[in-house]
Amino acid sequence: MSTVLQNLIDQPYQHGFVTDIESDTVPKGLSEEVIRQISLKKDEPDWLLEFRLAAYRHWLTLSEPAWPNVKYPPIDYQDIIYYSAPKPKNKLASMDEVDPELRRTFEKLGVPLHEQAALAGVAVDVIFDSVSVTTTYKQKLADVGIVFCSFSEAVREHPELVRRYLGTVVPAADNFYAALNSAVFTDGSFVYIPRGVKCPMELSTYFRINTQESGQFERTLIVAEEGAEVSYLEGCTAPRFDTNQLHAAVVELVALDNAYIKYSTVQNWYAGDANGVGGIYNFVTKRGLCQGVNSRISWTQVETGSAITWKYPSCVLLGENSVGEFYSVALTNHRQQADTGTKMIHVGRNTRSTIVSKGISAGESNNSYRGLVKIGPKAAGARNYSQCDSMLIGDRCGANTFPYIDVQNSTARVEHEATTSKIGEDQLFYFASRGIGNEEAVSMIINGFVKDVFTQLPMEFAVEAGRLLGLKLEGSVG
Amino acid sequence: MSQSPGRELLHVDGLTATVAGKTILKGIDLTVRAGEVHAIMGPNGSGKSTLSKVLAGHPAYEVTGGGATFLGANLLDLEPEERARAGFFLSFQYPVEVPGVANGQFLRLVYNTVQGARGREELDPLEFDDFVRDKMKLLEMDPAFLDRSVNEGFSGGEKKRNEILQMALLEPSLAFLDETDSGLDIDALRVVAGGINALRSADNAVVLVTHYQRLLDYVVPDYVHVMEGGRLVKTGGRELALELERRGYDWVAQEARAA
Repeated sequence: MSTVLQNLIDQPYQHGFVTDIESDTVPKGLSEEVIRQISLKKDEPDWLLEFRLAAYRHWLTLSEPAWPNVKYPPIDYQDIIYYSAPKPKNKLASMDEVDPELRRTFEKLGVPLHEQAALAGVAVDVIFDSVSVTTTYKQKLADVGIVFCSFSEAVREHPELVRRYLGTVVPAADNFYAALNSAVFTDGSFVYIPRGVKCPMELSTYFRINTQESGQFERTLIVAEEGAEVSYLEGCTAPRFDTNQLHAAVVELVALDNAYIKYSTVQNWYAGDANGVGGIYNFVTKRGLCQGVNSRISWTQVETGSAITWKYPSCVLLGENSVGEFYSVALTNHRQQADTGTKMIHVGRNTRSTIVSKGISAGESNNSYRGLVKIGPKAAGARNYSQCDSMLIGDRCGANTFPYIDVQNSTARVEHEATTSKIGEDQLFYFASRGIGNEEAVSMIINGFVKDVFTQLPMEFAVEAGRLLGLKLEGSVG
Repeated sequence: MSQSPGRELLHVDGLTATVAGKTILKGIDLTVRAGEVHAIMGPNGSGKSTLSKVLAGHPAYEVTGGGATFLGANLLDLEPEERARAGFFLSFQYPVEVPGVANGQFLRLVYNTVQGARGREELDPLEFDDFVRDKMKLLEMDPAFLDRSVNEGFSGGEKKRNEILQMALLEPSLAFLDETDSGLDIDALRVVAGGINALRSADNAVVLVTHYQRLLDYVVPDYVHVMEGGRLVKTGGRELALELERRGYDWVAQEARAA
């Protein structure tokens, strides 16, 4: 491994700063009392408190999953702050009223807010720690009947919708982290696209962890009614900390007849330092339900951050002719560990799914693809195509593929392809012998490797994704 | 052979090199002047490919003694990419595949990088497209090769044409062509050889590293060197290659041992 190449992949995290804002927190630890306090602070209805408490009681009976191909010290769930919010100053009427310190933070991150949002044509629901600070473009969206707001606001303004769909795709009892999230989630985003409406703009939410040692438990729910379409963008950056931070989000998507939901993520949580100290534990449950006929849900993710990633954005293909897609780039460096992939559950007839996974491992990291393709007994004519490619940079990292295929209908067709390649001395030497230095060579090879996934990203997001890969691997991804 | 010697492009003096602790080059002396064609022949494992890679700067090889100058500068002080920009070209025996990177995009980056380094004009994608299609005609290459991934799924002959295409784009002062004839059928050999000949001028030179003499029927060398055990043990003219074809390499090795 050349030292030049090592230097390229060792560039430090550039978003590592802590914003000094007073936070309103509850004491460390988890109990029914803490959950009641969270619910009280958020002025929630009784049914939601009951939802939380039921989830908590179930969580107490669960143990952490041991099957992921990752290693970390035991998490002390009583040593986590479960609620933290910037102190509210009254209701904010405009961006000008937002804490200047907070606005500077967004500027450092390059969040396209305010005029930037207008220019980019992006509505940004900004999450700072756990409470939404401001929402732009809400009126324009409201004009066509779209609801795009923080989860808390949705609970206040549209309780019937939240109550109808919350926990229907990811039940509170689904898994250890989903149960934890259901008990203590503090905020997140809610999107409702009414029948026949095609969302006129990309909806974008930037998440950011700020308060040290505060677990981050977002909850996102997107519902697309019959014939509705929406493209939703989620981007993450986090400041530099030395203690691990738990991040256990839940995302639920519901697509009714002929609806289409496209969900794109660029994830750059703090990954820890070169020795594996610090970094975010990103234990996320994301699932979409293609409930209606001809519905379609597409997940695209670019995972570059976190000390540990445990994440399987999945599709339950219930409606006849429904389509599920998963396009993923997962990059790990240093001591990062990722165990990520998808589940495509074919229930209905003629359902189709596509999986394209690109794993890039550098340093001493470990990158695993884990995917399930399940064809149920009634899924006649179901089809799946999976392609899982791994790229190794250097010789101290690891890449693994764990494909699970379960076919219960003989008319189904399932294809799986996998490759492993390596950026090694010979490839770099070939470029060098043509006058191209290592940095540019790595950039070109990586960009070629991830192309099939990046073409799925919305244009404005593809640029940011390229920037993040650039941060991780070298200075100038073109 | 040219009447008055051209300017000196490459001067290698007592070069020794190792890979993974094993000595492969045991003292190479070689001078190449502008306008010349050299052929380096020899049996498998004699160090022919190693010499090309060491001169191009492959990081796996360690130079342990001797020296090499290129256009008067110390070649061994330069990074591999600097050698390429300075006009040293290596055509690979086994060019690497780069999945997902369009060949046309790669060729344009290569071309513009070297043009920029030489203070010459770079071309935008449209200009480059015209330029490269013109060069491809020389090698009878289908323009569809611009849209395919670099070398991915190319046949042996297609890869070699793509190598010579890069030579045509970069216009090197000195080109080492490592086993360019291997994997070529007779028609492809004629086309590739025609391309090499078309690129020759009084200002540049070509070193053909080859196992067989058949390429030399098309690209006629001024000097033929025989490599054996990490040394150039015999040098002659065109006729030496024909003698090697008839008699094999053993007699040269015996001669070298007797000397």
